[in-house]
Amino acid sequence: MLPYLTDEFANPSGAHTMARRSRAAIEEARDLVAAELGFGPHDIVFTSGGTESDNLAIAGVVAATGGGVVCPATEHHAVLHPVEGHGGHVVGVTSDGAVDLDALSDALSEEVALVSVMLVNNESGVIADLGAVRSVMDERAPNAVLHTDAVQGVNWVDVAAAVAPADLVSLSGHKFGGPKGVGVLAVRPGTPLSAQTLGGGQEAERRSGTHNTGGIVALAHALVELGASRDTELSRLRSLRDRLADGLIDAIPDCSETVPRQGRAAGLLQLVIGGLESEALLVLLEKGDVMASAASSCASGAMDPSHVLAAMGVDRVAAAGSLRLSLGWCTEPWEIDQALEVIPSAVRQLRTPAMMGRR
Amino acid sequence: MSKILVAMSGGVDSSVAAARLVEEGHEVAGVTLKLWGGAQDSGCCSVSDVDDARRVAQQLDIDHYVFNYGDAFTEFVVDPYVRAHSEGLTPNPCVECNRHIKFDALLERGLRLGYDAIATGHHARRVDTPAGVRLARGADPAKDQSYVLYMLSAAQLERLRFPVGSLTKDAVRDEATRLGLRTADKPDSQDVCFITSSDGRRRFLGERIDLHPGELIDEAGDIVGTVDAVELVTIGQRKGLDLGGNAARSYAVAVDTPRRRVTVGPASSLLAERVELVDHSWTVSPVVGAIAAQTSAHGSPCPATLTDRGELLWSEPQRRVAPGQMVVFYDGDVVVGGATAA
Repeated sequence: MLPYLTDEFANPSGAHTMARRSRAAIEEARDLVAAELGFGPHDIVFTSGGTESDNLAIAGVVAATGGGVVCPATEHHAVLHPVEGHGGHVVGVTSDGAVDLDALSDALSEEVALVSVMLVNNESGVIADLGAVRSVMDERAPNAVLHTDAVQGVNWVDVAAAVAPADLVSLSGHKFGGPKGVGVLAVRPGTPLSAQTLGGGQEAERRSGTHNTGGIVALAHALVELGASRDTELSRLRSLRDRLADGLIDAIPDCSETVPRQGRAAGLLQLVIGGLESEALLVLLEKGDVMASAASSCASGAMDPSHVLAAMGVDRVAAAGSLRLSLGWCTEPWEIDQALEVIPSAVRQLRTPAMMGRR
Repeated sequence: MSKILVAMSGGVDSSVAAARLVEEGHEVAGVTLKLWGGAQDSGCCSVSDVDDARRVAQQLDIDHYVFNYGDAFTEFVVDPYVRAHSEGLTPNPCVECNRHIKFDALLERGLRLGYDAIATGHHARRVDTPAGVRLARGADPAKDQSYVLYMLSAAQLERLRFPVGSLTKDAVRDEATRLGLRTADKPDSQDVCFITSSDGRRRFLGERIDLHPGELIDEAGDIVGTVDAVELVTIGQRKGLDLGGNAARSYAVAVDTPRRRVTVGPASSLLAERVELVDHSWTVSPVVGAIAAQTSAHGSPCPATLTDRGELLWSEPQRRVAPGQMVVFYDGDVVVGGATAA
């Protein structure tokens, strides 16, 4: 991406030689992304990231059709809030975090224009069966299109196969080694979608705004590299994750995984640790060089109680002890050893009362 | 050198508190508590306040965390505040936040995390006396906050620091300016942090409890006027009572929420010789005998005697204390305890 942040600074929509070089780089990136996702080049809309892609999918379909929208309660807020904002229907999930297909079916009708189901949940790691969702839609909401937020999922599944049932797919560059501030909305031909950002008419009138050339080029190359290494990475990370999970559950009393490992992304681990507030745990983990997360961060940087665990029926007190550990391409075996040393000792420290005679 | 966790609200006092501890050579980290409200909230703990605290921590080169105590704040501060109003009481939510959040939940967590002490930007002093550590008034009489800290025990005070308690507010601002902190000119926080000035107390309570219009009666029992919301009336109040032309010398002297009646009378009817107290809290152990008692955050202390039943007898009759308000007991500048007016 570096040349496009330095010498090749031209606006790709321009008419001169330099501009054409930038434009060519974007079109090459478009081909690469399309091939990875199983879409055509003209189906790819570059955006500023996953949140914009999700918003464009939902608001764009609603604007084009006037229909209703439905999503499960475990969606990322970038889907949940626009769905709620458009008066949509939020349906429940099972205690294992899977979409409750009966509840989904009940919420569907011919008036529904869009169903949004994330490919892999960013907290629980649950992989959605989009084919099953599609079957319910075909029966109950034949006019609806299927959107999937694949921001997390692209790392963990054969993405082209997994999103084959979907009409709209959101990606964000920073989740797979690309830069922040660039994303993709893939749109199947014939999907009703009205632009939400109006201006110069870039991206075939679907998303105006000067292209982030460097970001787009980097996103495409990161996606290609991800696809090439995914299979070997998944088996490597699965065994590291299993060792981490087994070791922690063994060393920490009252500690369990939130969902079964089968049907969960290989490098993701979400635990609930009893008698503990994970917000405090994160402070100690950071001092031990373990960078973890609890639920999802809100704008202030505070940890909000997890809406995903709440939707799965985990009570608030238990959810306050949730811990998310994510592994990735840069995770090394020694880091698992370190986590297995740091986390149990931090939990022991926090479970020991400090101030006697508390109210 | 100690390991000290500073509660940083994003205001100037706690910014300078953190800075002073850093200058004294302690190992300092900052924490901002997320207690209430969303991004648009103009009250406390808005995102911009957290950003201010984070930026100050960065300038001081210390770690900064955000702790979400929203559930505990609702349970121990906001809900009891609303309930107290529905019962015609006059609650003090700052005291309950200090009691349950800052000096219980946060103190406990900070110690478990391995810190030796928690610091805040309160204008109060922690003083060493021959008998042990005590809480004393802040050096700036106009900003003294010892009243809202009366619940602190000597054991808690051992683990607390108030680095700006020995400074005047002007000196705090000068220090922030000298250090180039973005909070140097930030206005002081006002009133109840979870009630925004634009919405006000009436709207806040009205969304949570039913507010009832009431009758104003005089001390003979005759109806002399009306009031919009009996739940919002505080003893001693003069404004907002619709008395026709007789308002000038009338005060609310009693509030009967279930019967939706407020008794009004002259200032002399507000005078009381004693205060019934509940929920006493003592720095060390119960005190009996002569003390000075203060009945509001910035009120003047008045001489009184505490009985062995924990009742307060004024040396001279004083204006009645609204039920729910705190009465704090001082020996000179030193807090010895406090309680809630019944």
